[in-house]
Amino acid sequence: MPEGSLITDELRKLIGVSSGPIIFKVEEGAIQRYAQAIGDPNPLYNDPDYASKTRHGRLLAPPGFTGWPVKADRPTDKLFETLAKAGAPPRVLDGGVEFEFIDPVGAGDVLTATTRISSITERETRLGKTMFTTVEITFVNQTGNVALKSRSTLIQF
Amino acid sequence: MAKQVYYEDVRVDSEITPLAKIATSRMLVQWAGASGDFNPLHYEDDFAKAMGVGAPIVHGALKRAWLGQLMTDWIGEKGKLKKLSCQYRGMDYPRKMKTMEKPHDGETCWCKGKVTKKYDEGGEHLVECEIWVENGNGEKTTPGSALVALPIRSAK
Repeated sequence: MPEGSLITDELRKLIGVSSGPIIFKVEEGAIQRYAQAIGDPNPLYNDPDYASKTRHGRLLAPPGFTGWPVKADRPTDKLFETLAKAGAPPRVLDGGVEFEFIDPVGAGDVLTATTRISSITERETRLGKTMFTTVEITFVNQTGNVALKSRSTLIQF
Repeated sequence: MAKQVYYEDVRVDSEITPLAKIATSRMLVQWAGASGDFNPLHYEDDFAKAMGVGAPIVHGALKRAWLGQLMTDWIGEKGKLKKLSCQYRGMDYPRKMKTMEKPHDGETCWCKGKVTKKYDEGGEHLVECEIWVENGNGEKTTPGSALVALPIRSAK
């Protein structure tokens, strides 16, 4: 580990490591609460009767909603813990996300999420010495298809 | 819902119908509950100060969800959102509420976008867009991009 680097040997060992799976059940009420929190009145997300008559056949989830996990652990919560144990800086900000949507997600779906740390880098920013962790999550639905993939950047300093 | 937009209707530089959003601390509480993100950065003054952002900030993921609505409103039910990305570059702060009435003063966040490219690929009619959230001062705090597939008129 170079002098003054934030990336400890323990952190370096996490690169490429997958964790999970975590199972998400996509519940109708959870979708409606999520749509309400966005302030999105789209009937596809809010009105089960309307949505059931569309090609989706069920209440659809807004893009990026993957359900409330059955267990209390969100993949990101587990990840923070893992990174903290490996010596990551304590302050965490969300840097951004890229989503790829393949199959629609809707009420009644069961998603299996696998999380992988694809890279850990560092550079000097206005926050000081800053570490960037790229995290990829793949969500497979109950039919075995990949429903969506996300790639998030965590900023730690 | 707006009327259906078709592939033939859009050109490079076409504007995506803007979407106004007003963040209040009440909305942040609602988002925390709905998304499961209970990070105190979004509701605890002292914690936000210690994190160096001054005061509780709007969840990046909420702004991302607004951008999702921007796109799904625009593409309509026959469109398909294939990719969405954004970066949380600038902090946005919720309006302070004094009463349960909807606040009228202060900042409105605008979700906006424009078409950057359109092309056919794999039997789909694809449109790439530059999208962003801008604050009341017109600063793009949350730049991003989206890829959508649109229906064509002849397939109506």
